[in-house]
Amino acid sequence: MTSRGTAKVTLPDDETILVTREFDAPKHLVYKAWTTPELVKRWWNAKRGEVTVCEIDLRVGGRWRYVMVTPDGTEVAFHGEYREIVPNERIVSTEVFEGAPQEEGQPEVGTVNTLTLIEVDGRTTVTIETKAPSKEVRDAIIASGMEAGLQDALDLLEEVAVSLR
Amino acid sequence: MARAPTTTDAFNAIAEPRRREILDALADGERSVNDLVRILGLAQPQVSKHLRVLREVDLVTVREDGRQRLYRLNGHALKPVHDWVSKYEKTWSERFEQLDVVLDELKRQEEGADGHDK
Repeated sequence: MTSRGTAKVTLPDDETILVTREFDAPKHLVYKAWTTPELVKRWWNAKRGEVTVCEIDLRVGGRWRYVMVTPDGTEVAFHGEYREIVPNERIVSTEVFEGAPQEEGQPEVGTVNTLTLIEVDGRTTVTIETKAPSKEVRDAIIASGMEAGLQDALDLLEEVAVSLR
Repeated sequence: MARAPTTTDAFNAIAEPRRREILDALADGERSVNDLVRILGLAQPQVSKHLRVLREVDLVTVREDGRQRLYRLNGHALKPVHDWVSKYEKTWSERFEQLDVVLDELKRQEEGADGHDK
């Protein structure tokens, strides 16, 4: 099997994280692997545990929920709602980390994720855009230690990589 | 709108665009406050305020040079940010490696099965 490279993570602005990666498969298969619970269970764990719950109600307004249990028994759960679905091309959904602090009676604090699949010559580029709705929410997410959108942090890190050695 | 000074770590410190500009400027070498005032086009008190935040989390260090104080970037303090990005990248890379295996299987199924893929 050829090496297919690593995920490329960039931080284009204060609220956004972009992850991209090319796959040696047509987009309808990537879409299938992304939206079929039995298949998601096989890759979403990132070798860190077992996906014990994978619910996908793939329609606008439908809910999703993934739960992973790590070897030490820790449960990590995420859920959200589908906002836009273009089969084989694009899914917009919300994502809430169930361990993040939430205020009672307030809308849940989470991100809006956009999955985009672009196929060229049988190969598919996957882009996942994770967007926090505001700087405040972004800050809350950073504080929870889960996700961060830090503009230029990577560029900056490249510049100072020398001093990290 | 004044916000409470909640800055306690490198993440919060570099979440502020002006502070990132200061770090960018310092990436090229040591600078005095006056240099930074000129480069950023900000008033001196604001630059000093940002520098104070950056010093609190050790992102910059300062030394006296005659009658001026020179600020320097401390890259080590960015390590938590670097680690976070690396971890995020690693998680997705590992998911994608497993997804490659699933996709190879789906491709084989599709090639092998005529019209019986569902």
